[in-house]
Amino acid sequence: MTRFASGSLPRYILQRVLLVLPMIWVILTLVFVVLRVAPGDPVSAALGDRLDDEALDQRREALGFNDPIVVQYWDYLVSVVRLDFGTTFSDNQDVLEVVRDNGGATLSLTLAAFVIALLVGIPLGLIAGRYRDTVPDVLIRLFGILSYAAPIFFVGYLLQAYVAGPLGLPTSGAAGVETVFYMERDGLNRTHILLIDVFLSGNSYYIEDVLKHLALPAVTLGLLICGVFIRLVRVNILQTMQSDYVEAAEARGIAPTKVTWRHAFRNALVPVITVIGLQFALLLGGAVLTETTFNWPGLGDKLVGYINERDYVAVQGIVTVFAVAVVVISVVVDIVNALIDPRVRY
Amino acid sequence: MRKVLRAMAKPFTDTTGTARWMLVAGIVITAIFVICAIFAPLLAPYGFAQASAEGVRFPKAGPPSGDHLFGTDRLFFDVFSRTIWGARTAIQVVLLSILICVVVGVPLGLVSGYYGGWFDRILLLVMDALFAFPSFLLAIVFSFLLTDILGGSVLAVALSLSAIYIPQYYRVVRNTTVSAKEATYVEAARAIGASDFVIMRRYLFQNVVQSVPVIGTLNAADAILTLAGLGFLGLGIQSTDAAEWGHDLNRALEDAGSGVWWTGLYPGLAIVLLVTGLTLVGEGLNETINPTLRVRRLLPVHMPAREER
Repeated sequence: MTRFASGSLPRYILQRVLLVLPMIWVILTLVFVVLRVAPGDPVSAALGDRLDDEALDQRREALGFNDPIVVQYWDYLVSVVRLDFGTTFSDNQDVLEVVRDNGGATLSLTLAAFVIALLVGIPLGLIAGRYRDTVPDVLIRLFGILSYAAPIFFVGYLLQAYVAGPLGLPTSGAAGVETVFYMERDGLNRTHILLIDVFLSGNSYYIEDVLKHLALPAVTLGLLICGVFIRLVRVNILQTMQSDYVEAAEARGIAPTKVTWRHAFRNALVPVITVIGLQFALLLGGAVLTETTFNWPGLGDKLVGYINERDYVAVQGIVTVFAVAVVVISVVVDIVNALIDPRVRY
Repeated sequence: MRKVLRAMAKPFTDTTGTARWMLVAGIVITAIFVICAIFAPLLAPYGFAQASAEGVRFPKAGPPSGDHLFGTDRLFFDVFSRTIWGARTAIQVVLLSILICVVVGVPLGLVSGYYGGWFDRILLLVMDALFAFPSFLLAIVFSFLLTDILGGSVLAVALSLSAIYIPQYYRVVRNTTVSAKEATYVEAARAIGASDFVIMRRYLFQNVVQSVPVIGTLNAADAILTLAGLGFLGLGIQSTDAAEWGHDLNRALEDAGSGVWWTGLYPGLAIVLLVTGLTLVGEGLNETINPTLRVRRLLPVHMPAREER
């Protein structure tokens, strides 16, 4: 067998990585076409009411919007390869810096939501699948459907109105004013990810403050994908419980609890890993809404702000970063999946 | 006719127990919203952007009362009326976007799958890229653009929703076409001299279109949520153009701390109920159509009595 025989792991990884490049290219082109070929130009859309015609034209010239569209397209691709996403119109910031400063907050929020969703979703899915068509199953499925059916901002609204008060939890921002101020003054914002920085600082007051701020947004976003996990785990359990090897295990006289735990549950959890990767796209969309609801200082909140400012460069930059992140994560998940489950790579 | 009815009742007759119960609940909930949407002018006591009746201004953020069942919001609008009219907006947008998806996605998938070649490859790549894109982000970008061109209309939002779902219709139709075009009956049609257009229209379309209603139902629930999400971000339909639940919830957010609960609760519940209804229908259909989930009824086996020798 040669090293790169069909079905070997390195070959699969190579294939998967090579496939990403045209995918990213298509996505970049789409973003460009949608945002740049739009009628009207970005400069007058963002600044039209603030500058006179001459100043507008100068800005257009300087930013290359007077060039032919093909030249603009080429410049855009080159600048993305150089990781240069331009400067925003409305507040004159480097898009990459915006991503660095706010991406951390989005990342902490999505990861916390993921943890909550897995902790709640997997056990509930296992119970529902194991005890199919009983009262717990129906209740858990209804909970799953409701948690998916309730829009993020409605859940956020309910939590703000009825839960935040009694529990004394903050409903806006990622940390109290004091925490942010002192962290910055003492140079403790080493990674630009607040959640990590407070733990690095070791100050329990800051940690508590940040975790309290994280609680409601993370639960809100976590509930969204929790329903997806419940549904997925339940369906997988149903399928594995009917499979031949479970029947074989039962036939050999292995105790039912052991069959459920050792044979069915384990195998039912493998597909969850695949779906985790797919959920990331859903989670990012949900993050935009969660951040707006809770004034969470993340990328989604920024994106909405720039949209309202009609800042095309900022929108284009942030959307590009989001899209590339999703594609890269899907590749990583595929590779991890191939490592775990050899069937995938054949 | 009888055949059609029997086919329509199949998901119902084939199910038992919980699955049937959930399907029925879903159908009932969805039907209530459809009725609200059709008869909104009769059911709603006021217009969706009506702030006064008979020259008397409605109270600002007034609590629920006899005149205003669900109270009024900060713009003096009647919350009950807006919740009913919201059903009309939601169903209009979803139906329109499904229509656009079918009109664009199905022919594209047919042609792409039937002819293959470079056109198929490129289209497949574009559609896969669209599908990989976070769908809500895609909707945001499109509505950002389309509301600039078309204004905050039902059409603009429906078009942005279609951009998310077209790849799914395209994919399913294309893949079915690729396998169906190899069938013997297509070969036979070609042998008797049928043109490509006739083969696609008369022979392939019928086979391919069957999966469309299933995708439609599953996407409808998602579409309602996306529509509300766009409205919440202020990218969808404006308050005075039509009643839209998501946008109403956005305006209600500032009331959350002040004890004004009626402005947010009712539009929110409306979204939850309609999406739940559609999901129940989708899940019910899925459990009957997907054979790996179906519980087969066990028929008692009667062994012949053993003959005594």
